Formats: sequence, C-alpha cells, structure tokens
Amino acid sequence: MNEEILVNGRIGKTGSWFHHYANPGRFLRLARPALPWLAAFSIGLTVTGLVWGYFFAPADWEQGDAARIMYVHVPAAWVAMAGYAALAVCSFFSIIWRHPLADLAAEEIGPVGAGFTAVCLVSGSLWGKPMWGAYWVWDARLTSVLVLFFLYLGHIALIRAFDNPAHGHRAAAILALVGAINLPIIVFSVQWWNTLHQGNTISITGGSKIYVTMLYPLLIASVGFYMCFITLVTARVCAAIMERRTRGLLLAAAERAP
Amino acid sequence: MNFAPFINGSYGVTVVFLLGIGVLTFARYRRAAARLRAVDRR
Repeated sequence: MNEEILVNGRIGKTGSWFHHYANPGRFLRLARPALPWLAAFSIGLTVTGLVWGYFFAPADWEQGDAARIMYVHVPAAWVAMAGYAALAVCSFFSIIWRHPLADLAAEEIGPVGAGFTAVCLVSGSLWGKPMWGAYWVWDARLTSVLVLFFLYLGHIALIRAFDNPAHGHRAAAILALVGAINLPIIVFSVQWWNTLHQGNTISITGGSKIYVTMLYPLLIASVGFYMCFITLVTARVCAAIMERRTRGLLLAAAERAP
Repeated sequence: MNFAPFINGSYGVTVVFLLGIGVLTFARYRRAAARLRAVDRR
C-alpha cells in the first residue's frame, strides 16, 4: 500500500495519510516552519493563564488564595496524563507498524511528560500542606500520579538501556502500553476510593462545579500547557531527526574516505 | 495561615521548569540544525 502512495505521490487510501506523514523527513519539512507559531501561541496562552490566575482570579470562598495553586497544578496534571496517553499511542504504532517517527516521539515525550508530572506532584504537595496539614498522604490519587511519574522514569531509563536502540524502543513501548492501565486508575481513583484529594470539579459532559471567573483562566492555562507540551515535543523530535541525519551523513562520509 | 510561600513556590517551580526545558530544547534544536547545516555543506 505504501509503495503505491510513493509512486503516485498522493494520499489515496484509508489510513495511508498516517503512513504518509509518519516519514521523518516529511515531518521535519512540515514541523519546522510551524515551530515559531507553536512557540508563540504556547508562550502567549501560558503567560495569560498564569498571570490571570495569580493576580486577577478571585480567591476561593473556602480555600482562600491557596486555590490559586490550581492554575498550575491542574494543567500540569492534565498534560502529564495526556502525555502518557500520547506515549502509549506512539508505542502502539511503534510495535504494530515500526514507524521510526513513533520511536523518536516516544523517546522525546518521556522527559517532557516526566517534568510535567513532577510539577504536578510538587505543586500538589505545596497545596496539600496548607489545606490538609501534610505535604504528602498515601491517598489513591496522589499515589497513582506518583506511579505515573515512576512509569515515565522507567520508560526514559529503559529506552536508553540497550546497546541496540531498536531493542530499547521495543522494551520501552511494551512498558508504556502496560503502564497505560494507570491512566483510568488516576482518573477514577477519586470515585473508586475514599480519598483526601477532592473529586472531579470539571466535567466535559456538563455539571462543572467551578464558576466562570475561575474556569476561564484555568482553561487558558491548560490550553497553554498543552501547547507547551506539543511545542517542546515537536522541537525535540525535529532536533532528534536532524541529529540522526547528521550522524548518517558523517558515517557515509567516513565510509567514502580512502 | 500565610499562603504566599506555598503559592509562590508552586508558581516558581512551574515557571523554572517551563523556562528551563524551553531553553534547553531551543539550544538543542539550534545546535542540531547548525551541525546538520555544517555537515551538509561539506
């Protein structure tokens, strides 16, 4: 199917667009011009959301100003989970279709996702102290997010643990897919167990328990964090493709040398 | 209770992380692009 696409030079069959854009060279040509725009939107939305949340959003009637931590904690938590979902999807494509771009993306998502998870854990801990009187409790939500952080670290270590990079990518992909079971556990932990962590405040299906003056900065900060994640991963994947291409050119030059 | 240290700490950690990873990623990207350009020219 892919041969036909290359010969015809057009996208014609169901699913073929995916294989078409999974080519690293084609991805680089598309992504590089988009990077400045992605970066500008990321910075603009993140700064707007954080400044609005820190300076202008109203204090919570119960938690007071401590609720402002929500504007960094919740977006970081959402991005940490979405990042892991993206990692699992890349791992699935890597195992099924052996796309080199999926391997590269998985390798670059790991550190960025781990960073956002760390921000979520630290900001949550700093929110917990004034609200619960403790930086940490072995609550189902907190523990499952800590497990997510360890899964990211395990993936980062495993993907680089083999002399043959293909073996590392395969082993890490299996870990990422198995670890994806942790995502629904994180989401539903506040419903399945009695937790100190509060229940879900925002619902896609309606019935959000947050007023718009607090919801808007939260959503803007969240979109900003998502954009930051996408921009960082795209830039890192582009850099990885260029590094790989440089290595290939140097190797070819060394082989040609007398 | 004074919430300021906790709020400032949370925002501080977030801003430091975002700036740090942003600068490191940008530096890596520019280095990779410059090296590829140099090797391509040879």
